[in-house]
Amino acid sequence: MSELVLTGPETETALTQEYFINMGPQHPSTHGVLRLVLTIDGEIIRRVEPHIGYIHRSIEKMCEHDSYRQIVHLTDRMDYLSCHMNNEAVCLAVEQALQIEVPERVKVIRTIVSELTRLASHQLWWGVMGMDLGAITSFLYGFRDREMINDIFEETCGARLTMNYNVPGGLMFDIHPNFQKRTKDFVAHFCTKLPEYDRLLSDNPIFRSRTEGVGYLSKEDAIGYGVTGPSGRASGFACDVRKRLPYSAYPQVEFTEIIRTEGDCFARYKARILEMWESLRIIEQLIDNIPEGEFQAPTKQVLKLPKGEYYQRVETARGDFGVYIISEGNKSPYRLKFRSPGFSNLFVLDKVARGSKIADLVAIMSTFDYVMPDIDR
Amino acid sequence: MDNEGLKTILSAWAEGLEWPESPQFLQVRVPAPALHDFARRLKEEHETAFDYLYCLTGVDWPEYMEVVYHLESSRHGHRLVVRARTAGREDPRLDTVSDIWPTADAHEREAYDLLGIRFNRHPDLRRLLLTDDWVGYPLRKDYKDEINMIEL
Repeated sequence: MSELVLTGPETETALTQEYFINMGPQHPSTHGVLRLVLTIDGEIIRRVEPHIGYIHRSIEKMCEHDSYRQIVHLTDRMDYLSCHMNNEAVCLAVEQALQIEVPERVKVIRTIVSELTRLASHQLWWGVMGMDLGAITSFLYGFRDREMINDIFEETCGARLTMNYNVPGGLMFDIHPNFQKRTKDFVAHFCTKLPEYDRLLSDNPIFRSRTEGVGYLSKEDAIGYGVTGPSGRASGFACDVRKRLPYSAYPQVEFTEIIRTEGDCFARYKARILEMWESLRIIEQLIDNIPEGEFQAPTKQVLKLPKGEYYQRVETARGDFGVYIISEGNKSPYRLKFRSPGFSNLFVLDKVARGSKIADLVAIMSTFDYVMPDIDR
Repeated sequence: MDNEGLKTILSAWAEGLEWPESPQFLQVRVPAPALHDFARRLKEEHETAFDYLYCLTGVDWPEYMEVVYHLESSRHGHRLVVRARTAGREDPRLDTVSDIWPTADAHEREAYDLLGIRFNRHPDLRRLLLTDDWVGYPLRKDYKDEINMIEL
């Protein structure tokens, strides 16, 4: 039998061909309707082109016809996992423009609820991230603990997800009598559960090998592409708005800004895990020290912002969220821009994912923690 | 650096700068032809080092379009707002800054998509949120959509 002899260039280097594939718009790991057009060479990604806008609702245009009280409600529908911080940004901007001094009680409650929201967001992210990489159990653990926070929110303001708890001048209602006890119960519970997260995923060799050294983002690129939040801080970009431009009760609490320098998927993962500890620390400092007082400052029924421009930044679970209001003195803004952290974080994907494998792209997207309504607005 | 110091440095960089009053930020309006060089120096000069463009906003005014750049320096921590006006509303054009701050690439595409501001030398100026065959620019004040827009 004659031997099969291969000749020609195929024997030295395998012939390859670049081609396009669509990832999404309904791929489960895109966490919403995001379509990525990948240029691939075998398994290697040569280019990632995000196509967005599937759930664009023109919120900015709607705001131009709405009153400031109505605008607060629209912000829930952007980054629904950071709804409280989004509300807070608009409220702070309006309060800044009208020079409303909100009571200390409001500031403290806003900060506690912000940190609870951040914890709930990170818990969901952690559960889903594990699932993206093939670990079903983490999903159940993450949702189990998040449920406790949702129950606290439900009791306090009637809603579990889009809470609308902030209004310009304060809060919509005072806290429920059980709020402090349940929050303390949650903190005590979660302090014992968070180490479990580490045992289950962070120290898992399979998980480590899928995330360590994968999806590197340098500090220079993080700043240049405007990557903020835990994703930016994992690359060494100190961008925490809570530290740089403290608002509400953040000036009076002690916490550490988590900064890591590795810039890979595991660093972004670890930054969020450590941030959860810091959130617990902030809540512990404030929960027994909620000052007595009103839960709303007196405001006019119709809010008209003086002619001028107002920019307010807050730190959501995904990063630097900004509200830019241009007012002509009417009850609606002339122009309102939302600077959503996810938008800037998304367009660095091409830079980060080039040269890695398609399976790595799933890990990279998980660690950037995209929420599509936040990006599409 | 404080705002007065910044103002002194920047005043020497270009002709025809204006300094709109604003209680929150130091603001500078740059003539459109000087925008690109001005932006490049803002990022590259050691004493300004504005490396973080955190917001880019297009605004439709009655006679012109305006683009507002919110800048921060991660090294010095100071902030600046740069504004540039287009010549008119019919064919509004400005130079791109996406080669200076890569994040501007997507933000400029959004401004083009929703307001129709064209950015000269932008590498990939296409619709971003809307479909490619969309007619008109929805964030413009004179945009009309009889079906989808309800005005009270």
